[in-house]
Amino acid sequence: MTEPVLEIRDLSKSFGALRVTDGVNLDVRPGEIHALIGPNGAGKSSLIKLVAGEIAANSGSIRFAGQEITGFDQIARARLGLTRTFQVSSLIPEFSARGNVMFAAQARRRSVFGFLGQVARDPELVDEAMQALERVGLADRAGVRVSELSHGEKRLLEIAMALAMRPRIFLMDEPMAGLGQEGSARLVGFLDKLRSEAPILLIEHDMDAVFQLADRISVLVAGRIIARGTADEIRNHPDVRAAYLGEDEA
Amino acid sequence: MRDLVTEHRLNIVLALVLLAGPLVAHAADEPFMVTLATRAAILALAGVGLNIALGLGGLVSFGHAAFFGLGGYAVGILASHHQNYEPLMTWPFLVNGTNQMLILWLVAVLVSGLAALVIGALSLRTSGVYFIMITLAFAQMLYFFAISWPAYGGEDGLSIYVRNAFPGINTLRPLDFFLLCYAVLMVVLVAQWRMTGARFGTALQAVRQNEGRVAALGLSPYRIRLAAFVISGMVTGLAGALYVDLNRFVSPSMMSWHLSGEIMVFIILGGVARLFGPVVGACLFVLFEHVFGSFTEHWQFFLGAALLAVVLFARGGFIGVVAGRARHD
Repeated sequence: MTEPVLEIRDLSKSFGALRVTDGVNLDVRPGEIHALIGPNGAGKSSLIKLVAGEIAANSGSIRFAGQEITGFDQIARARLGLTRTFQVSSLIPEFSARGNVMFAAQARRRSVFGFLGQVARDPELVDEAMQALERVGLADRAGVRVSELSHGEKRLLEIAMALAMRPRIFLMDEPMAGLGQEGSARLVGFLDKLRSEAPILLIEHDMDAVFQLADRISVLVAGRIIARGTADEIRNHPDVRAAYLGEDEA
Repeated sequence: MRDLVTEHRLNIVLALVLLAGPLVAHAADEPFMVTLATRAAILALAGVGLNIALGLGGLVSFGHAAFFGLGGYAVGILASHHQNYEPLMTWPFLVNGTNQMLILWLVAVLVSGLAALVIGALSLRTSGVYFIMITLAFAQMLYFFAISWPAYGGEDGLSIYVRNAFPGINTLRPLDFFLLCYAVLMVVLVAQWRMTGARFGTALQAVRQNEGRVAALGLSPYRIRLAAFVISGMVTGLAGALYVDLNRFVSPSMMSWHLSGEIMVFIILGGVARLFGPVVGACLFVLFEHVFGSFTEHWQFFLGAALLAVVLFARGGFIGVVAGRARHD
């Protein structure tokens, strides 16, 4: 079996008495979409934050691309190719859609100390940004200021920024949220192909999307993984049905 | 994009007005007006410096007078040593004073940049009100140090009697000195304009708007801010150097918190983060000081009223009212 890209071992995090992450083991293999599902407050977003380095774990370890990264901060992890998208769109509001993606492309080059060359006339950055916008279907909105984009467009822009980072893994926190049925369907098709570029750790509430996309699904309840398996295995898992899918489907 | 063109044109008009005023005053044999315009140009430069930190970076520094004063003292100290034929130090190597502006400016910029590096490195670990207070505290430390250090005049300040020299021009003539200050201001403004559209300016503005996003993209918001703070301090320090040559005098009051506040007022009056914001603000300030100051010593009452009006009704300041909202890609 191929070496996993991301390997989480016995990861725990408490806020006071609240254990948001409780001995979690999880790995993401090349080319797969590993979905993380669970009821609200199960600690899914916290887990993403722990992996991205926004918050530090109390114990456990994280390996990424064959390297121990537990002690790395968020910036160092992002530089290694861990790219996350946010549950609530986190963009640069005064920049245009294109400006946001160009900034991501600039960040990937770790280029900050340029004082003369004008970004807007940098063909490399512009081309890269337009390609990413094209892929998510936002090319015709490239010049629009973020604060004037619709909610759904902001969600897609999040993805375009992640694409411009050319990551080794995508950490996606509810990318479908608020996209509507048509938008979700299109994004499902897009993510389905995206996994061949880099694996995806996907948090998603849209169960149809998860069952369609995920190679494996981990179910997180109260900070613990209670089940893991393929879509079919999870669908029929008694604990999952009780804890998550609800009695009406049982 | 229409607004941007308008702001661009407005800036050119403003630059020409600031140039034409003293030329007319000179032709009309009104050297005092030329000096007034020089004062406005220098204060504008101090504001341009702060605008890089405050406007582009969102770093509300309430201690920029420290850099203004350090730049000023760098000039004052070196020039006074030159005039007294006393070396600044003899060990481990001989350092003499100088009256060459180009050297003085370089020293002023280096000293204030170094101070900004130290102050920024410590202050930027905080944010919001704490940042405002820490920068104020550092400036006050330097202010009281200048007051209590007798070697260079202490509380009384230090006179340099003769304006320093610049190759090729007679700096003692008001118009020549104005043109020199004006040229420095314009060079810095063009540099800031380029910087704003370049990668550094983009990163700095991104940090101001969404720090978490910048970190998630693998760039360090702290380093970007620190670099901006140093550049900002350097520009304000350069303004301090010119200010001392304008007045032929440096005193601790250049470092007082009043001056930090005034520099901030320039920016708010003219338009935060707008290229020519501090230029307009400083000109208005000097104009108020001159016009209202001629019939009441409480002229700052009118300045306060203008500031209030801007904050309540015109958040973009003068530039915002005339040219509309700022736009960038």
